[in-house]
Amino acid sequence: MAKTVVIDPITRIEGHSKISIFLDDRDQVADAHFHVTQFRGFEKFTEGRPFQEMPAITARICGICPVSHLMASSKACDDLMAVKIPPTAVKLRRLMNLAQLTQSHALSFFHLSSPDFLLGFDSDPAQRHVLGVAAKFPEIAKDGIWLRKYGQQVIEWLGGKRVHPAWTVPGGVNAPLSDEVRARILEGIPRGIDIARRTLDFFKGAQGQFKDEIEYFANFPSLFLGLVSPEGHLEHYDGYLRVVDSDRKIIADKLEPTAYHHHIGEASLGDSYLKSPYFKPFGYPGGMYRVGPLARLNCCDRCGTPLADKELADFRALRKEGAVLSSFYYHHARLVEILFALERMAELCSAPDILNTHVRAVANPNKFEGVGVSEAPRGTLFHHYKINEQGLITWANLIVATGNNNLAMNKGIAQAAKHFVDGANVKEGALNRVEAVIRCYDPCLSCSTHALGQMPIKLAIVNANGDTVREISR
Amino acid sequence: MNETNQIITFKINDLDVSAAAGQTILDVAREHGIGIPTLCFLKGLTPIGACRLCLVEIKGQSKLLPACVTRAAEGMEVITHSPRLQEYRKTIIELLFAERNHVCAVCVSNNHCELQDKARALGVTHIRVPYRYPRLQVDASHMRFSADHNRCILCARCVRVCDEIEGAHTWDVMGRGIDCRVITDMNQPWGSSDTCTSCGKCVHVCPTGTLTEKGVAAAEMKKRGQFLPYLTAMRGTKS
Repeated sequence: MAKTVVIDPITRIEGHSKISIFLDDRDQVADAHFHVTQFRGFEKFTEGRPFQEMPAITARICGICPVSHLMASSKACDDLMAVKIPPTAVKLRRLMNLAQLTQSHALSFFHLSSPDFLLGFDSDPAQRHVLGVAAKFPEIAKDGIWLRKYGQQVIEWLGGKRVHPAWTVPGGVNAPLSDEVRARILEGIPRGIDIARRTLDFFKGAQGQFKDEIEYFANFPSLFLGLVSPEGHLEHYDGYLRVVDSDRKIIADKLEPTAYHHHIGEASLGDSYLKSPYFKPFGYPGGMYRVGPLARLNCCDRCGTPLADKELADFRALRKEGAVLSSFYYHHARLVEILFALERMAELCSAPDILNTHVRAVANPNKFEGVGVSEAPRGTLFHHYKINEQGLITWANLIVATGNNNLAMNKGIAQAAKHFVDGANVKEGALNRVEAVIRCYDPCLSCSTHALGQMPIKLAIVNANGDTVREISR
Repeated sequence: MNETNQIITFKINDLDVSAAAGQTILDVAREHGIGIPTLCFLKGLTPIGACRLCLVEIKGQSKLLPACVTRAAEGMEVITHSPRLQEYRKTIIELLFAERNHVCAVCVSNNHCELQDKARALGVTHIRVPYRYPRLQVDASHMRFSADHNRCILCARCVRVCDEIEGAHTWDVMGRGIDCRVITDMNQPWGSSDTCTSCGKCVHVCPTGTLTEKGVAAAEMKKRGQFLPYLTAMRGTKS
């Protein structure tokens, strides 16, 4: 009799979701589905609001990466105003965006995922968390906590508070950078770079222990999508969309982000509140693509900063040729990006015009439709608004980083479940590995469904009759 | 002796105070540094006792009276702070929050809002009545200003400043009870008003994020209500 295994809730991710593992008559895994069980409705309830409020409202989608929403939303509003914001404002927005990338990646790597690497996928779940890491590997835990704190502090120094700063506004930012804050940001960078480098060394050295995970954690060909700068460098704030395939062959390049809807379609699935975007020219579901750190490193020609470029060379070497395909390497890519972010932040702080006080363009709305695209820690983030002649929102569409990865996450858990889960004898460590596939993507389900709530996830095993034979909840 | 020269004595919170006849309890209390919370009251405009936040107890009277419109009387004994008044004031604030859609975190007036200040000062941490979530529109038809009725507490400061100071009487109040709301001219979009002079006084006396300048983002709308006492003083000097 076939069965289904349900992992519900999935832990150490941000949001609510569950995994169903479907067994066949011989108790072998036939398929697995990832369901996001939360719903929020930001696109609907922002209708009627003045567009200038959108950055602050949409930032509330998330407490981990509000800055990403501030960026994409403010850019969409800049587009509605049809202004080119002052160059210093662009640099300051980039600075905050990179600070957020640093803190969010640190959270994902050290707080959420390092328990699996350091304590083991099969270790006691009661200890398999960041406090367990702190007890056994205090130096690594301290590094992670410091890095996250630093990123959060930079956000606070720039914007007045760590979560939901109101500093990024339509037209630019609402206060210039002070010399004192610049000095404080610069002071922390060397320590941050040291941490990123030693963590990379540790992680590269440890990867030999995870051959199975590397092989079966969503390791398959797919497209990759990300922003790149006009020169083809790693980019998180602006630039063009690029799509590469598993051979790292450029499929589409120099795509204007504002025309995203010509290239990306969104499918709705019956069993999840998370939509499934796909690359339109390849159709659904063949247009499955991945976004986020792994995709960004696969898409770019180079990072554009010296230390990160050196690490990028090591990263590329993970696969003989072509794109790095195993989602396990999201973690690796995240660390490279932390290094990049810190190097870039130092560059930005040293720019001659960074202390300029002209940081905001002022205008009424001049267009009825605006799009803003940026790279959130978890991937490409699209905000698209339409307004009426009074500047009130009449329609909004958000494609959030995690949503882009939905098809790939589904495929990934099916692959991992088939390899690790024995339907007749389901072990906790096996289920943890299935969850860990999701964790590779560092999904933010609150964001991607723009939904409410904390982030537990459930796992269910369902037999061929549709009966749930086992459920695991935490 | 005419009324304005007559001096009366009475008590506020057991403190002996004197006042010119005709002065309100609120006036005298403030002269003596006794803070009574207010929302609809604004020095320079005719008080109307609408918000009821300044209710005080008067010994010998079973009814609570609004300090902003109640004149002090000889021998009166006023209590401005008591557990009962505190509870009523908190409840008034909670009812205001529940009545419309006040979402402080994303409001343009966040941290510069008199309703928020009062809630903070009175220790309002929860709203104990169900929210009504009315579906109200934003009128952004005016070139420079917008009116978000979701945030209106019906203090009628806009109505009074427009009528008494600017002399345009663009703003007025329509409907009763829960349907009450401020309107421009004959309940038409603000941008189509024939009488509005676009002076912006209503925006700057509005205690919340209801009337705002356009183009401001969250927490950026700082009201400059200080113009009012100067304006009224200068006009008084002229006449």
